[in-house]
Amino acid sequence: MLISNLEVIPGKQVVKHLGLVQGSTVRAKHVGRDLMAGLKNVFGGELKGYTELLQESREEAVERMQEQAQAIGANAILNVRFSTSSVAQGAAEIFAYGTAVIME
Amino acid sequence: MVEIIILLILLLLGYVFGRMAEKRHYRSIIQREKLYRDVILIASKHPPPELIDQQSILMTGSVVVSVDYFKRFIAGLRNLFGGRVSSYETLLDRARREAILRLKEQAFRKGSRMLVNIKLETASISKGRKNTIGSVEILAYATAFYPTQIP
Repeated sequence: MLISNLEVIPGKQVVKHLGLVQGSTVRAKHVGRDLMAGLKNVFGGELKGYTELLQESREEAVERMQEQAQAIGANAILNVRFSTSSVAQGAAEIFAYGTAVIME
Repeated sequence: MVEIIILLILLLLGYVFGRMAEKRHYRSIIQREKLYRDVILIASKHPPPELIDQQSILMTGSVVVSVDYFKRFIAGLRNLFGGRVSSYETLLDRARREAILRLKEQAFRKGSRMLVNIKLETASISKGRKNTIGSVEILAYATAFYPTQIP
């Protein structure tokens, strides 16, 4: 399946638009990572654990979006956008959405 | 009294390690930016026509950074007087450049030399005390175009 954040893919034509598909996941960080992050709050620097965690969650959100697109018979998702928001202390929601289309 | 000593120690630790980390990070950023200069980033959503027979794939690069204790303290003081909070400016600048670099590195490995429609997003992941910024996530994503021949 082709996933892209462009509206038009050069050299390919959209045959049918199938509408919005979305995938989201809410993840919490575990205590060990939080402890390390607390230390990093003194020294500054990258929080590798969080970077990985959010990267994993983003992949999962895209996967869920892809499943949804497959279920309605799409072969591509265009104009994909990501958004991140912290819903509660220690938990973040990763959200991915796009337009499912059939391409020739 | 003990509290003041702890505060001073934390400030010192933050200052020394934070500065060291920042200097090291900037050095590595500048070096890698030279390395990946060939990878062109385009912010427009219309790809150039010469990419018509290339494959495309969505790629992301992200980084979560935390501000050090000293910087947070300085930023707190800034809140009294207003004005530029340069300690946060460098933090965000570094994070953004790092995220873009990671995106470029990934694209480079895939054989791509052109990234189209780059979007940058900033999200504050955890709030510190009194709602100050604790750590920030920067996400950069774009569509990478690569020739079909390269495996």
